[in-house]
Amino acid sequence: MKLDGKRFDDVIIGAGMAGLAAGIRLAMYDRNVIILEKHNAVGGLNSFYSIEGRKYDVGLHAMTNYVPKGIKGTPLVKLLRQLRIKREQLDLCPQSFSRISFPGVDVRFNNEWSFMESEIIQAFPNQKDPLQNLLKKIGEYDALSLEGKNIPARTVVEEIITNPKLVDMLFCPLCYYGSARENDMDFAQFVILFKSIYLEGFCRPQEGVRTITRELVNKFRSAGGTRKMKMGVSKIIEENGKASNLILEDGSSIYADNIISTAGLVETQRMCSSLSPSSGSENIGQLSFVETITVLNKQPKDLGVNETIVFFNDCEKFTYAKTQDLIDDRSGVICIPNNYQFGENRDLKEGLVRVTALANYEKWKALDTTRYQEEKSKAFNVLTEKTHKILPQLKQLHPKMDVIAKDMFTPLTIERFTGHLGGAVYGAPQKSRSGQTHLSNLFIAGTDQGFLGIVGAMLSGISIANRYVLKENGSFN
Amino acid sequence: MTKDEIKQIVLDIIEEIAPDEDLSDVKPEVRLRDQLDLDSMDFLDIVMELRKQHGIEVPEEDYGELASLDSCANYLEPKFNQ
Repeated sequence: MKLDGKRFDDVIIGAGMAGLAAGIRLAMYDRNVIILEKHNAVGGLNSFYSIEGRKYDVGLHAMTNYVPKGIKGTPLVKLLRQLRIKREQLDLCPQSFSRISFPGVDVRFNNEWSFMESEIIQAFPNQKDPLQNLLKKIGEYDALSLEGKNIPARTVVEEIITNPKLVDMLFCPLCYYGSARENDMDFAQFVILFKSIYLEGFCRPQEGVRTITRELVNKFRSAGGTRKMKMGVSKIIEENGKASNLILEDGSSIYADNIISTAGLVETQRMCSSLSPSSGSENIGQLSFVETITVLNKQPKDLGVNETIVFFNDCEKFTYAKTQDLIDDRSGVICIPNNYQFGENRDLKEGLVRVTALANYEKWKALDTTRYQEEKSKAFNVLTEKTHKILPQLKQLHPKMDVIAKDMFTPLTIERFTGHLGGAVYGAPQKSRSGQTHLSNLFIAGTDQGFLGIVGAMLSGISIANRYVLKENGSFN
Repeated sequence: MTKDEIKQIVLDIIEEIAPDEDLSDVKPEVRLRDQLDLDSMDFLDIVMELRKQHGIEVPEEDYGELASLDSCANYLEPKFNQ
């Protein structure tokens, strides 16, 4: 497909969850739309790769926002309707239960808020009323509005919840599953994450994230959209406050009425011809991660591990900030993908343990190839040891007999896959809530627009496409 | 096209965009939002489907005319019969 000189109604940068969802909406309503993706795989942050015939998910530990069939008005239902996807097609299997593990206290949660509520009240009896007040505050807040001021969530929550440890425990999973900001997030994001994780819940397709991306790609294709892989955008050319055309990596130039970029806020600004290629440095996310993946020839539940996800912190104070070391193992997330309720005879064939911890991008970047491999294997061992402390049942695993494969990714891997500067998984700390930019026909969707998680990213793509393209063009004609 | 046919067209569209809604007992005089779980995104889709399937344009300032089946029929009848 030769693109040079072509004109499209809409160009979408990035074939991640947000880009695909925006693309489906636009193609569905007969817009001539193209998605440009610089990798050869779709999904962006939520993709998968194969080594020796074994498929590994990246990104997805859990899809949030799970609600049982029949519950209406939640993000998951809105999303399925907007994309005309049948719920059954996504094969969403709920978690068993998860656990927040802090020194001396554990709070478990599943997809029923009442269970988490009882766990919290049991561990913090005097926080019953504050918890109710927090829920009330969350219920009243319209977090999906594209307008709204940025309020630091900690300030709001600490005024209501008077036990600092409980505040930390509530923040821990929310930070790990979506905060681009150190030790805090916008209150709007807190509300989105709180609802999507604690009030709704975790699920995943038995086959992993590819069930979702496959469905999105099929929808986009059957709606008539065009997709070009391995084609990054090198420049957005500006003219009179508008984007006039895009220069692609192969030098070709294409024209578009609207551009929706899911490449990240700073990353997109740096493509613009009037802005310096180093602009926005202060808004590059500082938070990156390592993740280890251990493949077992046993089911974790046969070893007595039943949690789907464990969020751990073994310090008095929970710190979610850039570490000065290669990794910070004081807190993290352990995900056991086997422990979703897949149904009878649908267990994953192999056992899996995934461990995520904070990491320092620059420190990893500075290593030469040999040191990089050495440090990777060191970090792997440190995190394995930590995992054994949090889930002692796993100590019985024999490193040679029971572990059949291992892999690990670092901030450099994340940068390569997502294109996010600094390997910042959750993008820029300052989001572009409205999705608008300095150009009247260039919009931001995805992580940096501020809706989080897989469902959030898709809703972001949908909202931006609806508001700035479909509505606008509907009322003009 | 009769008003009843137009109401059926709108119901067919709603069934398409919100297959999880029960449309067996939709009262034509009652606001759709008050009897079905429809939000502004769904209303946008009703407008978009009217355009796509029937070539009918509903400008944004007129979205309110689509509140109930009766008001849809009243508002859309001249457009369908143009």
